[in-house]
Amino acid sequence: MSRPFSPKVVTANDLLQGDVIYLAADDSWVRDLALAEVLTDEADADLRLLLAQSRPDRVVGAYLAEVRPGPNGPEPAHFREAFRSRGPSNYAHGKQEARADV
Amino acid sequence: MYDYTEFDRAFLAERNAQFRAQVERRISGALTEDEFKPLRLMNGLYLQLHAYMLRVAIPYGTLNSRQMRQLALLAEKWDKGYGHFTTRQNIQFNWPKLRDVPDMLDALAEVGLHAIQTSGNTIRNVTADHFAGAAADEVADPRPYAELIRQWSTDHPEFQFLGRKFKIAITGAEADRAVIRAHDIGLRIVERDGARGFEVIVGGGLGRTPMIGQVIRDHLPEADLLPYLEAILSVYNLLGRRDNKYKARIKITVHEHGIDTVRDMVEERFAAIRPTYSGHDQALLADIAAQFAPPAFDAAPTDAFDAAYAADPVFRSWVDTNVAAHKAPDHAIVSISLKAHGATPGDATAAQMRVMADLAETFGHDELRISHEQNVILPHVHKAHLPALHARLKDHGLATANIGLISDIIACPGMDYCALATARSIPIAQEIATRFEDLQIEHDIGHLKIKISGCINACGHHHVGHIGILGLDRAGVENYQITVGGDATETAAIGERAGPGFSADEIVPAIERLVAAYLDQRLDASETFLQAYRRLGLAPFKAALYPAQAVAAE
Repeated sequence: MSRPFSPKVVTANDLLQGDVIYLAADDSWVRDLALAEVLTDEADADLRLLLAQSRPDRVVGAYLAEVRPGPNGPEPAHFREAFRSRGPSNYAHGKQEARADV
Repeated sequence: MYDYTEFDRAFLAERNAQFRAQVERRISGALTEDEFKPLRLMNGLYLQLHAYMLRVAIPYGTLNSRQMRQLALLAEKWDKGYGHFTTRQNIQFNWPKLRDVPDMLDALAEVGLHAIQTSGNTIRNVTADHFAGAAADEVADPRPYAELIRQWSTDHPEFQFLGRKFKIAITGAEADRAVIRAHDIGLRIVERDGARGFEVIVGGGLGRTPMIGQVIRDHLPEADLLPYLEAILSVYNLLGRRDNKYKARIKITVHEHGIDTVRDMVEERFAAIRPTYSGHDQALLADIAAQFAPPAFDAAPTDAFDAAYAADPVFRSWVDTNVAAHKAPDHAIVSISLKAHGATPGDATAAQMRVMADLAETFGHDELRISHEQNVILPHVHKAHLPALHARLKDHGLATANIGLISDIIACPGMDYCALATARSIPIAQEIATRFEDLQIEHDIGHLKIKISGCINACGHHHVGHIGILGLDRAGVENYQITVGGDATETAAIGERAGPGFSADEIVPAIERLVAAYLDQRLDASETFLQAYRRLGLAPFKAALYPAQAVAAE
C-alpha cells in the first residue's frame, strides 16, 4: 500500500530577486509561507507544480515542499524549508528582516 | 602584483558585455533557465537558498587596497554590507539581484577582478600560499606561475567542459600552507642542483571520496610547466569518467587507473605537446615575474616593536599568534583574524574591508592576501609599525589573537546559505569559538585546527582538520560527524571517523570532551593535539567522545 500523501506547498526562487516564494491559491506568488496554498491531494499538487513550472519568466526551480498545519498556516516540515522560510541563522537577513516575530 | 594589459581589459569588457546580454535574454524569456544556468555559473553566479550568490575570484589570494575597497563598494551597494571570504581564496556576495550582477561585474573589472571560472566544470581560481613572496621558508614566489596558469586556463577552449571542476594549488615553500596535496593538481617549487622546477602532485581532493595526491613528477623543469599541465588536463579530459559525477574528479581517475598508468599517458601526451610551445609562455612568464618583484623593504630600527612587546601583554599575545616570520628579518607577516569569537568565519563588513585596505596602504606596501583559512594577511609590515597597526586593528574589531588556535575555525556557509548543504556549519563554529573563549583555555590548548563542512562536498576541508566536523541530515535532523587526526600540510592526512554523529545540541560538549582528553593525555604543553593523536591513536579520543560505550566495554 502506498504511503498517504503528506501536505505540500509549491515553492521556488524568484527569477529577479532570487528570494524564496510560494504559490498561493489565487495563482499569485507570495513571500510568506503562511500565505501559501496547502495541497493535500497528490494529483492536484502535480497540477499546481506544472503551473509553476510553466512560469519561467517569474520563478526558478519550482518544487513541492512538505508542510505541517500550524496555528497561523502551513509550517515547514524539514529544517531546510524552515531556513528558507526565515533566512540564515547568523544574521537577521532575508525574510526575518521584515518580520520581527520569527 | 600583476597589472592588467590592454588585452586583459578588452577581454574582460567583452566577456562582461556578453554576460549582460545573456542576463537580459533570460529576463526577456529568450533564454530558458536550463540554457541560462551554465552561462551564469561560468560567470560565478549561483542561485542559493535565499538569493543569488556571486563568487568573485581573488587570484592566488592577492589583492591591493584599491581592489579591497571595490569589494567593500560591492558589499555596500549591491549586498547587505559584508562579504564572505572562502576556503578557495574567493569572496562571495550572498544577496545580489539578478539585474544588478552585470553592473557588479563591470565594477570589478574597473580594478582587474572578475568571476570567470569560479564555478562550472572548468579550471577554477588557482590558489597559492597566502604567505607567498614574504615567507622566510620560501624557495621562490609562486604567484608569477599562478598568474601564468590563470592566463593559460582562462577561457581555454579545450578545458571549458571538463568532466568535473578542476582545482590547482601552488606553493613555493616546504611548509605547505596551500593544501597542495588535497587538490586535483598541487605544485611545489623545488630547486635541484641549482635548477628550478616543480614537484607535481596529482589526484588529491576531499569531497565524498577524500584522497591525498600522489607525485607524478618530482622535478618538472620550470619551462615545462604549461605543456605538462596541459598534458595532465588533456589525459584527464579523455580518461576521466563522465558516467557518474561522483566519480568524475581526477582523484578517481588516478585511483582507478593507478598513478603509473596515468603518468605514462601524461608523459606521452606531454611529448606530443611540448614542441608546440615555442617559448612565448616563458617570455610572458618573465614579464609577469617582473611585476611581482618584492617591494623595497625599509631598513629601520625595531625598538618600538621591542618596547611594545615587552610592555603590553595584549600586543604580545597578538604577535605570538598572528605574526609570522618574514624573509626580511626586520619585517613581519601579519594575519588579521576574521574569526572574532562568535562571528561568522570569513566574513568582513565593508567598513572592515576599507580599514584593512587603509592599513595595507599605510603599513604594508599596498598588499593584502586572502588565506584559504578565511583570514586576511598583510604580508609585508615593518616590525616598527606593528604596535600602531595593532592599535588600529583593535579599534575595528580586527585584533583577535587566535590564528591557528581552536577558534580559528574554517567553516563553509552550510545550510544557512548553500543549496547543496545538508546541515548548518556557521552556528557550530560560532558556538565552539564562544565556548572556548568562555573557558579561557584556547591559548593553553595551543595549535588546533577545527574545520567544518555542511555537506559531504567538504568545502570546509573537514577531512584535513585536526578535528573535522561534517554536518549531515539524519532523518530530518541535523547531525554532526567528527573526524580526528586530519592534516592539511606537508604531512597531509585524512582524518579518522570517530564514530556515530552528534546532534546540534551535543556537538559542542563533544568537542569539549575531545579537547579535555587531549589536555589530560598530552606529554606537556609542547605536544600539539595532532602530535598527541599520532602518538596515542584514536582510542582515548573515542572513549572521551562516547563515555557510555567506554563504560559498557569495561
